[in-house]
Amino acid sequence: MAELLSVRDLRVRFHRAAPGRCAVDGVSFSLEEGEILGLVGESGSGKTVTAMAVSGLLPRRQTEASGSVTLAGRELLHCTEAQLRAVQGSELAVVFQEPMTSLDPVRRIGPQVEESLRAHTRLSAGERRQRALEAMAQAELPDPEALCRKYPHELSGGMLQRVMIAAAIVSRPKLLLADEPTTALDVTIQAQILALLKKLNRETHMAILFISHDLHVVRKLCRRVAVMRRGRIVETDTAEALFRAPREDYTRQLIAAIPTRDRRLLPEEPGEEASL
Amino acid sequence: MSFAAKKLITLIITLFIVSLLAFLAFQIIPGDPTTDLLGTEASQEARAALRAELGLDRPALVRYWDWLTSFLTGDMGESYNYRLPVSGLLGEKLVITGVLALMSFLFTIALSIPLGILAGSVRSPALDKLVAALDQVVMSVPPFFVGILVCYLFGTVLRVFVPGDFVSYTQDWGAFLSYLVLPALSMALPRVAMTVKMLRGSILSQLGEDYVRTARSRGLTRWAVLRRHVLKNALLPVITFLAVSAAEIMTSSIVIEQVFTIPGVGRLLLSSISNRDFPVVQAIVVILAAWIVAVNFVADLLYQAADPRIRLR
Amino acid sequence: MRQQPKGNAFFYLGGAITLVMTLLILVGLVWTPYSPSAMDPAAMTCPPSPAHLLGTDNFGRDIFSRVLEGAGTSFLIAVGVVAIGCAAGTLIGALCGYFGGLPDLVLTRVCDAITAFPSFLLALVIVSVMGKGASNVVLALGILFIPSFARVVRGEFARCRDLNYIRSARLMGVGNVRILFCHILPNTRSVLLPALTIGFNNAILSEASMSYLGIGVQPTQPSLGSMLSDSQTYLGSAPWYALGVGGTMVLMILGFSLLSEGLQQRSRRSG
Repeated sequence: MAELLSVRDLRVRFHRAAPGRCAVDGVSFSLEEGEILGLVGESGSGKTVTAMAVSGLLPRRQTEASGSVTLAGRELLHCTEAQLRAVQGSELAVVFQEPMTSLDPVRRIGPQVEESLRAHTRLSAGERRQRALEAMAQAELPDPEALCRKYPHELSGGMLQRVMIAAAIVSRPKLLLADEPTTALDVTIQAQILALLKKLNRETHMAILFISHDLHVVRKLCRRVAVMRRGRIVETDTAEALFRAPREDYTRQLIAAIPTRDRRLLPEEPGEEASL
Repeated sequence: MSFAAKKLITLIITLFIVSLLAFLAFQIIPGDPTTDLLGTEASQEARAALRAELGLDRPALVRYWDWLTSFLTGDMGESYNYRLPVSGLLGEKLVITGVLALMSFLFTIALSIPLGILAGSVRSPALDKLVAALDQVVMSVPPFFVGILVCYLFGTVLRVFVPGDFVSYTQDWGAFLSYLVLPALSMALPRVAMTVKMLRGSILSQLGEDYVRTARSRGLTRWAVLRRHVLKNALLPVITFLAVSAAEIMTSSIVIEQVFTIPGVGRLLLSSISNRDFPVVQAIVVILAAWIVAVNFVADLLYQAADPRIRLR
Repeated sequence: MRQQPKGNAFFYLGGAITLVMTLLILVGLVWTPYSPSAMDPAAMTCPPSPAHLLGTDNFGRDIFSRVLEGAGTSFLIAVGVVAIGCAAGTLIGALCGYFGGLPDLVLTRVCDAITAFPSFLLALVIVSVMGKGASNVVLALGILFIPSFARVVRGEFARCRDLNYIRSARLMGVGNVRILFCHILPNTRSVLLPALTIGFNNAILSEASMSYLGIGVQPTQPSLGSMLSDSQTYLGSAPWYALGVGGTMVLMILGFSLLSEGLQQRSRRSG
């Protein structure tokens, strides 16, 4: 299979951070077409910053990034904003953690779902609407026609996350970046969203970079998992191998922590937190 | 019940209370209007006759009801001073002040919204500081001092404007409107500064919201994100603020009319206060209050139309 | 002391302006370079010079001295207004916020209704009913300023009422009065200080507008507003008169508004 995403020696430093402290410190990994890769680590391990770098959402004024991120052969880290925008929302789509706040509260669902098409294609209003309805049906949203006319506050968190997924797949991206998409949802909804992502991956051959602090969730979805800690990837393996025979102590601790997954695993070290 | 109907009922109740208060306020006045009209030497009989003529001998609530019902039919009573119907005195002046206030309000919107968007969307620390500092200074200049400065600059230095050379709309609409431009701008200027500050803050805080990140992740340009998502959200608090502005423009027009010697409602109000001509004062206060209540009503409806989240409540 | 956030230039600049203006005004209350009412036929309508910092008016009176006196009047009126509004507003707001119930509901509604109207318009009505004069202006504006203070204080007290340290104080048997004024009141500082500075500015502005219109203080007692009205007549011959008076007013207001902006930024960043 062909390589879709390649991250080489990615380093990200925030201008405000202490000298020498990098939020992401030499991360390399790659993702093949149609693959699902899990990126796990506790909060502050740099996984979200990595995701931001991949999706081109790092605030350029406040950060310094080196290395390379290429998507289907196109460099995303060192390119103009226009080149970046051409990829964002067409070949690369993102689903965020907080569905409740990730949608514009004063606009209806319909236009928000088809927004990527508006930005990237010359489809007519009718065609866009058709594509949006298809995407919403794919995201297993009931009665898409009626849903299009609703406002975000009228829907539940699980529904909103499906809307976000529909808005992400409407432009048929090659890569879906899911940043803790299930963390803000309760457990039954979590399982449904995971099943949906798996189905979409199978049906549309869309690659998924799935970011989570929760190994348990990652194990359900991903074939391959990369474990991040303090800005570096400490271990990459298939999910089964990782669970059967973890090579790193840290991975072992993460696995051991699954039943009580909210407990902090390591003593907090000042300056290591790179929360966004 | 629909939102508008609920608000309309609140509006009517508020207007009722306001008119009652305005009426009662003038019942507890120390001093007797008959003394002002007849002088201190007048006989008791002459006073009693005048009181009966003016209707001052009946209970306050009865008079309130009479006053309210006739007010609603357009009869606002008679001026003590001029012995003319108040409605006749007010007619032309209401139009003058109304046009002045409207013009000023339009200037406020036309200047502050584009400037606010510009100040909120350009990311430059130097410009940020400049805008903030300029805002503070302009906000600190009272509208009537702006008026005096304008008179000085355009009247004395540039000699393109003659303060006091007012022409009423009954003679020449063009001259009337062109005379009002500078007064309207003087009132608008401090308001523009406040609105720009408000809108800029609102835009900057909205830019930090999650939905902006979502829009950017779809490859929208900064301008498209601003236009399609941020603006509508950022303008919501500004609607309420502009309603307050509309009310305050009405009151600052009272002072601005004095600066530019415009014979509007404000000047009539002042002379009526000085002459203790209470039917006129009362009528003006009720009209201004009704205006303020009505503006807030419209603002509520606009807000409701713009923010879908309100409709559920 | 927590580390001061940088970029609070507003606070220091506003503080400096306010300090200088206040000092000038306080000095002006006891001493002015010339007698404010002394006419000098030899120096009528002189432009600003070292002898007369802001020039003289058409009677040869020193404008700087008159401005000091007028600013003093305006300042004292504003202080009086804010004192009445703040004291009564804090008391009402504290009781409403802490005890709640029906009185709270009624008073909150009344305050909302009053604040919906521009205080200047209401003050005009009150003064027209009660008569002109400095004390009536202070009283009218003071009463009208009560709701704005009551509102912010009420909010803080209602919030603090259920905080744990207040609950534990109650459990330890601390009296209501002591809780209100020793435990909660100091915490309202962050909202009360900006309200004070904004209120002060509104008071200066309202008084100036009223005096400008001739329904504020009596003409015998010059305030910035009545002087501005005077000066407008001589705009052609002595523009420095209006500029001096108006500039003083702008500086007073600017100082306080910068101060309040700085205070708000400070509480936003630390809060």
